[in-house]
Amino acid sequence: MKAVTKTESSIQPAAKKKKGFWTTFKEQKVLYGMSLPFIVIVFIFSYLPVWGWLMAFQNYKPGKGIFEQKWVGLDHFVALFADDKFYLVLRNTLAMSFMGLIVGFTIPILFAVLLNELRGSVFKRTVQTISYLPHFVSWVVVAGIVTKMLSTDGGAVNQLLMWLGLIDQPIQFMAQGNLFWYIVTGSDIWKEMGWSAIIYLAAITGIDQEQFEAAKVDGASRIRQIWHITLPSIAPTIAILLIMSIGHLISIGFEKQFLLGNPLVVDYSEVLDLYALNYGLGMGRFSFGTAIGMFNSVVSIILLLLANGVFKKFTKQSIM
Amino acid sequence: MARTKAAFKPSLSDRVFDIANFTIMALVMIVTLYPFLNVLAISLNDSVDTVRGGIYIWPREFTLDNYVQIFKYDGLVTGAKNTILRTLAGTFLGLLSGTMLGYVLSRVDFQGRKFMSTFLALTMYFSGGMIPVFILIRDLNMMNSFLVYIIPGMVSAFNVFVIRSFIDSLPYSLQESAKLDGANDFTIYYKIILPLCKPVLATIALFLAVGQWNSWLDTYLYNGNAPHLTTLQFELMKVLQSTQGQTSGMMTGQNMAEIVKQVSPESIKMAITIVVTVPILLVYPFLQRYFVKGMTLGAVKS
Repeated sequence: MKAVTKTESSIQPAAKKKKGFWTTFKEQKVLYGMSLPFIVIVFIFSYLPVWGWLMAFQNYKPGKGIFEQKWVGLDHFVALFADDKFYLVLRNTLAMSFMGLIVGFTIPILFAVLLNELRGSVFKRTVQTISYLPHFVSWVVVAGIVTKMLSTDGGAVNQLLMWLGLIDQPIQFMAQGNLFWYIVTGSDIWKEMGWSAIIYLAAITGIDQEQFEAAKVDGASRIRQIWHITLPSIAPTIAILLIMSIGHLISIGFEKQFLLGNPLVVDYSEVLDLYALNYGLGMGRFSFGTAIGMFNSVVSIILLLLANGVFKKFTKQSIM
Repeated sequence: MARTKAAFKPSLSDRVFDIANFTIMALVMIVTLYPFLNVLAISLNDSVDTVRGGIYIWPREFTLDNYVQIFKYDGLVTGAKNTILRTLAGTFLGLLSGTMLGYVLSRVDFQGRKFMSTFLALTMYFSGGMIPVFILIRDLNMMNSFLVYIIPGMVSAFNVFVIRSFIDSLPYSLQESAKLDGANDFTIYYKIILPLCKPVLATIALFLAVGQWNSWLDTYLYNGNAPHLTTLQFELMKVLQSTQGQTSGMMTGQNMAEIVKQVSPESIKMAITIVVTVPILLVYPFLQRYFVKGMTLGAVKS
C-alpha cells in the first residue's frame, strides 16, 4: 500500500492540495460517474431502512408519511419484553446460534485437517470437490432433501437405524420439537462443511513443509503433528473467523427455520426474524415487527463490538 | 540413508490413523452424495412404482415421463424464465457495480475515496431489518416487479472490497503509463483493469449467480401474488412445502401443488428438484480453481 502511494504522488503533483473541491470534482468526473450511481443505490437500500427504525417508536399506519404517524415512545418495546413468546423465540434463536457456532466452527476445521492428512491426491481431490457440492444447492432443496432423508416413510436415516436394529419403529424426526435444533444444525453442517473448510485448507497449504519433515524425523506421530504443527499454524485464521461468526451470532436469519419447521415444532423453530415477519407482515403490526428487528440489530452490533474488543486485547489487531 | 528411510516408514499408529481417516472421508462422501443420487433415481423412476418405496440410487422402472410432466406446468416454465433472467441480469449488474466501485476506490488520488469506503463498509455491520426494507420497497412501488430481484441487492460491500484488494495487488505502473498516453479513467478501467481481474471476477460471478439462482425469499415477500414473476426456487418451495403440510403463511397457488400431488407426490417433486438444482451445479467445476483463490482473498481482506 505504501509503495502505491509513493508512485501515485509522483504523477499527482503536490499542487493538487491547493485545488478546491469542485475543481477536483470536475477533474475526476469520470470516477464520480462510475461510483455515485451505486452509492445512491446503497444509500436507498441500506441506509434509508435504518431511518425506518423510527417506526418502532410510532404506531405506523400505511399510507401516511413517517412524520404524520402517532408517536408512542417505548410502548412497543414494553409490549415486546412483556410477551412470553418473545423469550421463547429468543431462547430458540440463541440455542440455534450457539449450536451453529460451535458445530459450524469446529467441524470444518477438523474436516480440513483430516482432508489434508489423506494420502493419495486423487481421492483427496475427489472428496474435496464433492464436499463443496451442497453449498451450491438452495435451502429450499436442502430442506426438501433433509425432510426426505428423515421421513418415516422410507427415509434413509430411519431405514439405516432399523437395519442396524437400533430402533423398531421409525422415528418421527420432523414432528419432534426437541430434535428440531439438532436437525437445523445438522443440515447446516451437511450444506456448508466443505465450503467453510476452504479457508482452513488454504491456510494449511501455506505451512512450511520442512516443519513436518523435521517432526517425522523425530518420530512424531500424525496426530502429534496435527496437534503441534497444523493447528497452531492455522490458529490466526481460526481466531479471525471466530470473531466474524460471533458478530453474526444472533442474525441467523430464518430461512432454515422457515423451510424445515412445521406447526408441530413451532415452539422450537420460531426465531426472532420469523417472529418479526409473522407479527410485522402477517398481522400488519409493522411497528412491533420493526421493534423486534431493531432489538436484533442492536444485540448483533453489541456482540460484534465485544468480540472485536476481546480479539484486539489478545492479538492487538482489529477486524473492523 | 537406510536409517532415514526407516524413520519415514509409517508406524502402526500412523497406519491405524490412515485407515480411520480414509473411512471417515469415505463416509463423508457417501453422506454428501447419497441424497443427490437418491433424488435423481426417484425422479427417473415411474411415478406409480415409486409409491412402493425401496428406491435407493438406481431407478427400478426407468422413465423420463416425470420430466415431461413437469414442463406442462406453467409456473415452472415462467419460473425458469425469470430465474435465468435474474441470474444473468443480477450477475452482470453485480459485476459492473463491484468492478467500478472496486476500481474507483483503489484510486488513491480519488477525493471521494475515504468517504465512500466508510459508507460502504458500514453496511456490512448493520441492516435496517426486514420490516423497514419491506415498507421501503412497497413505497418505491417495487412490489410485484422484476426490479426487486436485481436492484436492492445490486451493490455488495463485501464484493467491492474483494475486487478492490485484487486491483491493489496489480502494479500501479500499468495505470500510470496508460494515463501518460492520455487514456481517461474509464478507458483505464475498461481496457486495463477489467482484463486483469478475470480470476477474481470468475469467483464473484459465481457467488452472485448462485445467490440469484437460489433465492426465493424475495419472490415470497414481494412477488408472491404475481404469478408472472415467479422463480424456480419459489415454485419448488410451494410444491415441497404444501405436500409436506408445513408452515406456509401467505401462500397462494396451492392448487398446482395439489395437482402435482395427484400425479405423484414423490417422483414429480424430485424431478422438479433436479431441474432446479442441476444448472447451478454444472457451473461450479469450471470455476472451482478460481473460487478457492477468491474465497481466501476475501477472508484475508475482510
